[in-house]
Amino acid sequence: MGTVAVHGLRKSFGKVQALDGVTLDVPDGSFFVVLGPSGAGKTTTLRAIAGLEKLDAGSVHLDGRDATGDTPAARDLAMVFQSYALYPRRTAYENIASPLRARRCSSSEIAAAVEQMSSLLHIERLLQRRPAQMSGGEMQRVALARALVRRPRAFLMDEPLTNLDLKLRVEMRTELTRIHRSLGGTFVYVTNDQVEALSMADQVAVLKEGKVQQVGTPTEVYERPANQWVAGFVGSPSISLLACHAEGDRLVGAEGWTLPRPRWTTAENGRPLLLGLRAEDLSVEQRGDASLPGELYGLEPLGDRTVVDVQVGTEMLKVKARPTFTGTPGERLHVTVDLDRAHLFDAGTGLALSETGR
Amino acid sequence: MAVSVNEAVSTGPGRDHTPSTRRRGGRGRSVLEVALLTVLAVVMLFPVLWMIETSIKENRDVYAIPAKFFDFKVTLDHFKDVFAASGGGRSALSVSFLNSVVVAGVSTALATVLGVPAAWAYSRFSVKAKKDQLFFILSTRFMPPVVVVIPIFLMYRQLGLIDNKLGLILIYTAFNVPFTIWMMKGFVDEVPAEYEDAAMLDGYTRLQAFWKFTLPLLLPGIAATAVFALIFSWNEFVFAIFLTSSDSVRTAPPAIAGLIGGTTVDWGLVAAASVVFALPVLVFAYLVRKHLVAGVTLGAVRR
Ligand SMILES: Nc1ncnc2c1ncn2[C@@H]1O[C@H](COP(=O)(O)OP(=O)(O)OP(=O)(O)O)[C@@H](O)[C@H]1O
Ligand SMILES: [Mg+2]
Repeated sequence: MGTVAVHGLRKSFGKVQALDGVTLDVPDGSFFVVLGPSGAGKTTTLRAIAGLEKLDAGSVHLDGRDATGDTPAARDLAMVFQSYALYPRRTAYENIASPLRARRCSSSEIAAAVEQMSSLLHIERLLQRRPAQMSGGEMQRVALARALVRRPRAFLMDEPLTNLDLKLRVEMRTELTRIHRSLGGTFVYVTNDQVEALSMADQVAVLKEGKVQQVGTPTEVYERPANQWVAGFVGSPSISLLACHAEGDRLVGAEGWTLPRPRWTTAENGRPLLLGLRAEDLSVEQRGDASLPGELYGLEPLGDRTVVDVQVGTEMLKVKARPTFTGTPGERLHVTVDLDRAHLFDAGTGLALSETGR
Repeated sequence: MAVSVNEAVSTGPGRDHTPSTRRRGGRGRSVLEVALLTVLAVVMLFPVLWMIETSIKENRDVYAIPAKFFDFKVTLDHFKDVFAASGGGRSALSVSFLNSVVVAGVSTALATVLGVPAAWAYSRFSVKAKKDQLFFILSTRFMPPVVVVIPIFLMYRQLGLIDNKLGLILIYTAFNVPFTIWMMKGFVDEVPAEYEDAAMLDGYTRLQAFWKFTLPLLLPGIAATAVFALIFSWNEFVFAIFLTSSDSVRTAPPAIAGLIGGTTVDWGLVAAASVVFALPVLVFAYLVRKHLVAGVTLGAVRR
């Protein structure tokens, strides 16, 4: 019981077009992640769903019913605010209890629910503290508890893990996914962290400058980015893009290199293209004829792997290599390309070329 | 008010100095500072001290030439005269003090009740031409009372509000509402709107969210604003003297002024009445002095 559908949301703040026709369809019970860089309009989208923002245009449907004009209270949603918005004069306990108090639950029910939530989120020892006496991460967990304490139509979460340290964040990620599975509610989860999005989401909507760039499963978004921008935003290290064009059965780079033309592409000869190559689809070991000549530029050892920066002409490739890989800058080497996993984008529009042949 | 002046004097200069002047001045500077502050304090405080002295001097000493600074006989007769009439019963002055309490208290309460929600609305909602409206509201405060007192007198005569406490209450409320809106808008702006957003998602209505979550955070600001409004109404003279005449309606300022005039002036009584009149203001200002300074600087930083 909890579908959220927004259609054609538009909202401007003065000259800033925060939302420019956002349409999303969140299925019941799904973990739906809205991913985008800072200023993309993620918070504004959530506030629009919650009924906190007066829209210029568009509609919000909850459980199939038009809720565009409803008050926030009537929408029956819970939200974790990016700034936590914990009530400053109240203890953590009172903060978590607030949604239940507002809906007139008995105090024994409240006590039981708060206790359950606080043990779930490991904040039992914070219950009598006020927000000013908590760290950012602790406040964030109390804010999560305040949202999760009730069974609303949907949970709206605005970057609820950003202020936690890395270890806790990874823990909480798993924890939240587990909570989602056990509670079974609908989650609309906003983040600017693509790892969070890919690891937690059933579905991801990628947002940029108030426009939805792509909606799909994490795999779809990662493997079939709809455009050059999504390809660059999702994935770490970010995708390398090389200017090129097709010529017969070859791809010819602006820097003079050539590669066999991927079988699946139908791009006509001479059309300016961008070849997108992810680090894991490249290799510094030479095999086969699909390789690019380059020069070693730098190394980033990351423990489990080493990212090798290779300069091809004036362009830079990021290549994933074994952690034991060594080399000296300036050294010439060949980068082998897995062309079956490469991406081609129109250099003008940035849109991905159709990959029907793949 | 003397309290806030002292505070401003003692904290102000230290903060405003640029490091270079402080370094150059060194010790000599601080001597000069102390000297100037002493002169300033004497000039500012002498009339107040003199008033207090006069209020406890016997009549003979009040009129003594040369004036007696220290060796006079202390008496509380003047204070007794402020409250009790010579033939027994209440004095006209004490009635005027009571009137002042009622008029200032009620008008401040009204201005707060009207002004705080208005300030909240201006802070939280997008209002058409908000800046112009706020400026218009403030501009009513620019008007010196003497300018509007004649038209108001004429209107009040039609409405039967002349020589009527309600008339004074209304006019003071009208003057204090804009002030309250301006002061309180600053305080409301300081409270994040997201507390109310969160409360509304919890299931409260917008008004409940304001009442339960924002209002408690505004109380210090409301107290500071109310004290300012109270002091304005308490001190107001022009409207009071034009719009009231009978002893039973008059507030203290015109009543005290009325003591001066005639063939002889009972300076002891005037001084005692003035001390009694000044006391509540001093006490209030002292109680909320932190908020007064905070409130004033808050406004200064914002715009
Ligand atoms: N109340 C407001 N007044 C003016 N501009 C606003 C307001 N709220 C948002 N904006 C603007 O709208 C755009 C989208 O803002 P929004 O808060 O939705 O971004 P976001 O995706 O949540 O970013 P972040 O990841 O930094 O939180 C931004 O350019 C922002 O400056
Ligand atoms: Mg945001």
